[in-house]
Amino acid sequence: MTEPLVSIRNVGASYGSVRALDDVSLDIGDKEFFALLGPSGCGKTTLLRSLAGFETPTEGTVLLAGEDLLAVPAHKRPVNMMFQSYALFPHQTVAKNVGYGPARAGESRQEIARKVDEVLEIVGLTGLSGRRPSQLSGGQRQRVALARAIVNRPRLLLLDEPLSALDRNVRAQMQLELKRLQHEVGIAFVMVTHDQDEALSMADRVAVLDGGRVQQVATPEELYQRPANRFVAEFIGQSNVFEGSAAPGGLSVGPTVLPGHGSGRYLVVRPEDVRIAPSGMVSGTVVETQFTGGMSTIAVTPEGVATASGQPVLVRQPGSTGVERGAVVSLTWEADAAVLVP
Amino acid sequence: MSGRASTSRGERLGWLWLPLLICFSFLYVPIVALVVMSFNSGKSALNFKGLSLQWYPELFRDGDIGQALLNSLLVAVGCTVVSTVLGTMLAVGLVRYTRSTSLDSVVMAPAILPDLMLAIGLLSFFAAVGVSLGLSTVVLAHAAFGTAFVVAVVRARLVQLDRSLEEASQDLGAGWFTTFTRITLPSIAPAVAAGSLLAFTLSIDEFVIAFFTNGPTSPTLPIEIYSRVRFGVTPEINALATILLAISAIAVVVVAVTVGRTESRDD
Amino acid sequence: MAVPTTRPRDRHRLLEKVVFLGPGLLFTAVFVAVPVLLVLSYTVFDRGRFGGVVYEFGLDNFSRAFQPTYRKVLVSSIWIAGLTTLIALLLGYPVAYAIAKMPDRWRNVCLVLVVVPFWTNFLIRTYAWIMLLNTQGIVNDALIGIGMVDEPLTLLYTRGAVVTGLVYAYLPLMILPIYASVARLDAELREASANLGATRLATFMRVTLPLSLPGVVTGCIFVFVPSLGNFVVPELLGGGKSVMVGNLIRDQFLKARDWPFGATLALCMVVFLIALFAIQSVVSRRFAVEVDR
Repeated sequence: MTEPLVSIRNVGASYGSVRALDDVSLDIGDKEFFALLGPSGCGKTTLLRSLAGFETPTEGTVLLAGEDLLAVPAHKRPVNMMFQSYALFPHQTVAKNVGYGPARAGESRQEIARKVDEVLEIVGLTGLSGRRPSQLSGGQRQRVALARAIVNRPRLLLLDEPLSALDRNVRAQMQLELKRLQHEVGIAFVMVTHDQDEALSMADRVAVLDGGRVQQVATPEELYQRPANRFVAEFIGQSNVFEGSAAPGGLSVGPTVLPGHGSGRYLVVRPEDVRIAPSGMVSGTVVETQFTGGMSTIAVTPEGVATASGQPVLVRQPGSTGVERGAVVSLTWEADAAVLVP
Repeated sequence: MSGRASTSRGERLGWLWLPLLICFSFLYVPIVALVVMSFNSGKSALNFKGLSLQWYPELFRDGDIGQALLNSLLVAVGCTVVSTVLGTMLAVGLVRYTRSTSLDSVVMAPAILPDLMLAIGLLSFFAAVGVSLGLSTVVLAHAAFGTAFVVAVVRARLVQLDRSLEEASQDLGAGWFTTFTRITLPSIAPAVAAGSLLAFTLSIDEFVIAFFTNGPTSPTLPIEIYSRVRFGVTPEINALATILLAISAIAVVVVAVTVGRTESRDD
Repeated sequence: MAVPTTRPRDRHRLLEKVVFLGPGLLFTAVFVAVPVLLVLSYTVFDRGRFGGVVYEFGLDNFSRAFQPTYRKVLVSSIWIAGLTTLIALLLGYPVAYAIAKMPDRWRNVCLVLVVVPFWTNFLIRTYAWIMLLNTQGIVNDALIGIGMVDEPLTLLYTRGAVVTGLVYAYLPLMILPIYASVARLDAELREASANLGATRLATFMRVTLPLSLPGVVTGCIFVFVPSLGNFVVPELLGGGKSVMVGNLIRDQFLKARDWPFGATLALCMVVFLIALFAIQSVVSRRFAVEVDR
């Protein structure tokens, strides 16, 4: 990557005895759509608010385009945020809301009006500038919040769970909208979400956090295919995880050696890579089958080996299940489809 | 709030009518007596001799009452201004800038202390400092407890206010002062208004603290009424009471109608 | 390697804190804290010859305060305030409960009706009772009229008159908190109790009453505290006979000009109130009920 836009180094934040962020380092590129993903309490929101200036890390540095960002107060940073609750000023019209930033910067009235109109057109809300937030729908309010954040042309746009307040049908549409918007205005977006589907489908790169620490920073595909550790493997998508010790060709779990590549204590294999075959290294009994959307999911309680979580092994295949509950089957997979992680 | 509110329409009151009746009779018999006696043609407030309106013009001609009323208004306005400004700022400071609960108790203390306690304290303080007593000392004294009530009212609203509004304002480039004036204040304006109205009402009617901290030459209305009541009274006082009641009643009706109208408009 | 960040912005935040909290706190310190502490400090000093305070340390005021004459007044004040609170509670609770049971429109009307008398001037309200309780007043006229008595009773200038005046002054302050407490109770709790076989009385005693206790306690405090320190009602309705501690304090400050002694009496009153508050918070914490909403 060329010189990153944002450079976060060894950032830590403590609240009393709670360590919200611990030794977090990552880079965000200019014009990149970046996601911070993780379960609640993992620190992603703390990191986002630290970039905005509403929280102060106790250790570490953050550089924005080479300048020390943490030394600058929130209202002077070239960073804007779209809040989860939208935070639209209820006593002001859409035009006043969107024009708030330029007004604070001292622009002339004509200039403010021009910018407001321009950005309202980008988000598709032309004609609504006279309305108040209480007169808008949820989706419209979100666009206003977005417009208000974009109009200042910040170097970095932060989004706090942008889609969580929307209905499911609107959500899919907004995902595309946000991506389109990001390309059109060419600003780096940093989005916080706990929904991995959202992160994986929208972001160029994703940082997975847990317990205040960065678990992995990678493209969605890499996260899925080559998780860095057990947490990422289990958090992203569904997976079968076995615990054992590394052995030539894979992971040795008891007497069996499960095929895999890489090194580590855990073996991760995705359900779609596991097949039911006439013979395989793991055999077990089918406990549950499910057929949805053209795909079958089969849960098999393995014999002789156990998954790390104790759950059945999941197999996913296109078409119908082909087996019945109670049947004894053998499972197999390719070594290069299964990865060992620490 | 889960479940229904405590009223299900069918509930009968049964024997509860009795205490209700006793209570409202108890509350209103004196008031009715006051009003009726204000139309007494006799000089005493005890024996009703016949209908007459004489006491009302008598009231308006009474210069002392007029002066006392003016004094009360001056004090109330002064107290309200000071209480509102200090109380609003304090409320913002307490909610947004500190987590200390002991500060809370210190600020709210005047509302909980018996007024006699505050009264003698302020009298001693003014004497010790050498300030002569008059309307200005009453203003300061009333502001001392008025502030606490403004804080209570504004605080309640401020706590409900979404913090992210103020954060958004800062995010968009406004410093703390601009955020306060452009975003916070407009959002809490109704509470500030309610608080100042409360401070005004409390001050106009307040007797004990004013009694101790006022000088002898500029009585407020309650003090004037007190001196008259102690030394025997004509129905003029009843006329005053009736007028005050009428003003309060009109105010209530006005508020009820405006609130009712705004509510139906929001539907 | 972790590097501690510099925080110039924290200085900014301190400035904001001072701007918002400073003026108000300063005002409260000067006009509330200092006066109260000052007058409390007088308790250990002596009166000057022409009034004022002589700063010589001594505990004479305290021994004087506990002499029989003054002790009697302190005790009788507590009695009167307590009786007032009890009567206000016995009358106020059923009223608050009844209002809470009414349909919404009637509720608001009744609440306003309860509060309106409160808006007439306190002194005028007390004066009204002088009118009513006088030997030539309405109450006596009525009693003679219906033949209950032959001669007018001495109603005024008695302890009963003082209690009546105090109840009248502060009854709304008992009704409103109890109403708020009862109204917040979920009707489903009462229905559940009935469903489980409890009579209406049992439901009241075991469900409604305990859960409305916070409101009851608040109401009692709102009535007891001002009643204890009151001097207007005892003076106007009690004549010289039912002197309460409020009268004593007022006399010491404005007539006898023995401020240190007056301060001592006030301290006794405040100490009693603090003790009461302490008991109240201990009791309410023991019986605290978290109602989930």
